[in-house]
Amino acid sequence: MSNLLARYAASIFWLARYVERAEDLARILDVNETFSRDSRGGQNWRSILQLYADDERFFAANPHASAAEVIHFYTLDAGNPSSIVSSIRAARENARTLRPLISTEMWTQLNIFYNRLRAMTREDLAEPRLARFCSFIKEGCQTHTGITEGTFYRDEGWYFYQLGRSLERADQTTRLLEVKYHLLLPSSQDVGSPFDVSQWNAVLRSAAGFHAFRRLHPSGMTAANVAGFLLLHLPFPRSVHACVHSAAQTLEELREGYALTGGADALEQLHELRAMLRGHTAAAVVQAGLHELLDDVQARLNAVSAGLASDFFGLGHAAAAE
Amino acid sequence: MPQDQQQAAETLAPQPTKPAQGLLAGYEALGHYDELLALYRDTNPSARAILDRLDGMDLETLCDRARDAELELYNFGITFTVYTQKDAIDRILPFDVIPRAISAADWAVLERGVQQRVAAINAFIGDVYNDGKILKDGVVPADLVLTNENYRPEMEGLAVPHGTYAHIDGTDIVRGNDGAFYVLEDNARTPSGVSYVVENRHLMLRAFPDLMHELPVRPVSNYGQRLREALGDIAPESVLDPVVVLLSPGTYNSAYFEHIFLAREMGVPLVEGRDLLVEDDRVYMKTIRGLQRVDVIYRRINDDFLDPEAFNPASMLGVPGLMRCYRKGTVGLANAVGTGIADDKAVYAYMPRIIRYYLDEEPVIQNVETHICRETEGLRFTLDNLDKLVVKPVGEAGGYGITVGPRASRDELETCRKQLEERPANYISQPMIDLSVCPTLTDHAIAPRHVDLRPFAVTGKSTWVLPGGLTRVALREGSIIVNSSQGGGSKDTWVLE
Repeated sequence: MSNLLARYAASIFWLARYVERAEDLARILDVNETFSRDSRGGQNWRSILQLYADDERFFAANPHASAAEVIHFYTLDAGNPSSIVSSIRAARENARTLRPLISTEMWTQLNIFYNRLRAMTREDLAEPRLARFCSFIKEGCQTHTGITEGTFYRDEGWYFYQLGRSLERADQTTRLLEVKYHLLLPSSQDVGSPFDVSQWNAVLRSAAGFHAFRRLHPSGMTAANVAGFLLLHLPFPRSVHACVHSAAQTLEELREGYALTGGADALEQLHELRAMLRGHTAAAVVQAGLHELLDDVQARLNAVSAGLASDFFGLGHAAAAE
Repeated sequence: MPQDQQQAAETLAPQPTKPAQGLLAGYEALGHYDELLALYRDTNPSARAILDRLDGMDLETLCDRARDAELELYNFGITFTVYTQKDAIDRILPFDVIPRAISAADWAVLERGVQQRVAAINAFIGDVYNDGKILKDGVVPADLVLTNENYRPEMEGLAVPHGTYAHIDGTDIVRGNDGAFYVLEDNARTPSGVSYVVENRHLMLRAFPDLMHELPVRPVSNYGQRLREALGDIAPESVLDPVVVLLSPGTYNSAYFEHIFLAREMGVPLVEGRDLLVEDDRVYMKTIRGLQRVDVIYRRINDDFLDPEAFNPASMLGVPGLMRCYRKGTVGLANAVGTGIADDKAVYAYMPRIIRYYLDEEPVIQNVETHICRETEGLRFTLDNLDKLVVKPVGEAGGYGITVGPRASRDELETCRKQLEERPANYISQPMIDLSVCPTLTDHAIAPRHVDLRPFAVTGKSTWVLPGGLTRVALREGSIIVNSSQGGGSKDTWVLE
């Protein structure tokens, strides 16, 4: 038996991240399109650029942040490394490298998905079709996730896949929250207005969390409730807390199950992050400043990834194993 | 019994020489040797079944299913990637849905012929790098081998397990109008194409189960297993459960799909040079647990890129120090380094003599008559008969640089003449073989197209030949160049029991 190649571990981790990233970006574009149907629409698309710190790159190629241009930039623009097509392409390239390891079905689905995506044009993004495009992306990514769950052999590789997906999802949920809370901060008279509530509504729906939220909060919808739900609520699979919890568990099982000594720093970071999220209440989060908390969470998630890379992905190779 | 009477009546009646009812009614082999029709005329029951079944299909359905089959190749990623400045384009090796069949009797000859060839090649390489008897005896000119660019002095005096150098060998074989097989070329370095043999069969079973239904076709799916066993044979002796890896130049290599395929079939890691390193004259791979010993490397990287310390210092694909480990016997390499001396087109001309020298046998499969232009006589003959000969550069692969005399224009012949006069040692010439044909699906009909055959032999302690091999088909009408870079495709190859 040979051990998992370090390069493969990195590839699996990133394969999962890129697919999750594409799915979550589709969710964010979907919800932003809902926001932008009002009079302030144009401004909203520019805010997506700020969210991903892409202003500079975007404006280098496009003079105006029109809805059509920003949407194209994030979906089909192969020149933008953070577009959906670039993410799926990177996922496919990793899958191609990993073909000796992953199931044929995983590879075939990603290959077809990428080729269909690559054949799409601006027409597929035009106003009434964007929602359909986003559904296509979400479905493609979820099909991948399902095939992976059902066919991927459960060895070390599986754990790296799970880690990649959890960490990326946690990061993206923080960004989804920022779309509404940080960038679309309503004026004081808007808070609690039907307009404000409908935006929170859309955020929840884009994370597929509306119904779960309603079960928890049968009436009312406040910023604190929704933010608390997406950040802290453990039973909701896209909440930051759930993702961090799952990543911590995965890494614990990986290290124990395969007697690996690496990953200690990453695990410590995850434990700290989990303890922090466990200790917060929604009201306290909003009061203390959601933006600062989201920044902190993002920085810690990056530190986890860096820890995994240095211990497992072949950047260091200190000891020879038997 | 009525059935017997019926059969008796059939054997007495004149046998049809081809199906004449349906799709194949207008099919003519145009004077060429036809692989399927020949078997049909011999009343081979499987060939009859294949052609009669094809005859009963309609063209539209056949074309639809062919298109589906090609789409499947794209979807499965059975592709090679062509890189342009702007884009990466996935291409498939065109697949023809009409199989090529080989009778059991023909296969027995081919199998024996390939095994003989591999035995001679291994004996030759071992001799050249050790005692050099064949050179001293003047059977093969010493300078032809020793000044060959594929000669590796690093291999001198090195003993390899079981005397095997060409663990994976591909023999390009054609059949002439006389019905005899001829060896056109040996591939003893890193022959490719075996993945298509297995994948074409899978594709055929999915797309045309009715065509193969209940026919006694020999399976090809155990190639990976046989290869893994042979690679186990060349591990350092002290290793009980060897770690085998496949070393690929990476995803940009046009044969990358095949590397994936083989790694999967064998269940071994597909590594790149950057995954390996040498410490204390042993090869290790970088894993999540640190460094792990590697015992056998099936390398799909050419000699000169294998180890920048020993060969091309600019190589980023190889592993520094690998050659040192190989010489110390701490790692097995397949194929061995330096096998290129045996598949050189100039050495090829001497192969019948090489077979006789080491094995004391006549070649089971003959060479195509070959004129060596480095020899005065060969050059004169070639220049005198340029319009009748096929002139091939000795160093090129992929069908490049070939001048087909009978098909060449006057200008092309003049260019060829000039090149021959300037660098005669660079060329050999052969008569133009009227390659056999196979019924092949074209845009409008089923038509004859020329084919060759590349059987694959795997050798560890002993030699095993995969039944059949890769049938390449020249899809352009009249063309005899089957290489994928020159409009060639492939067919499933059925060895009949």
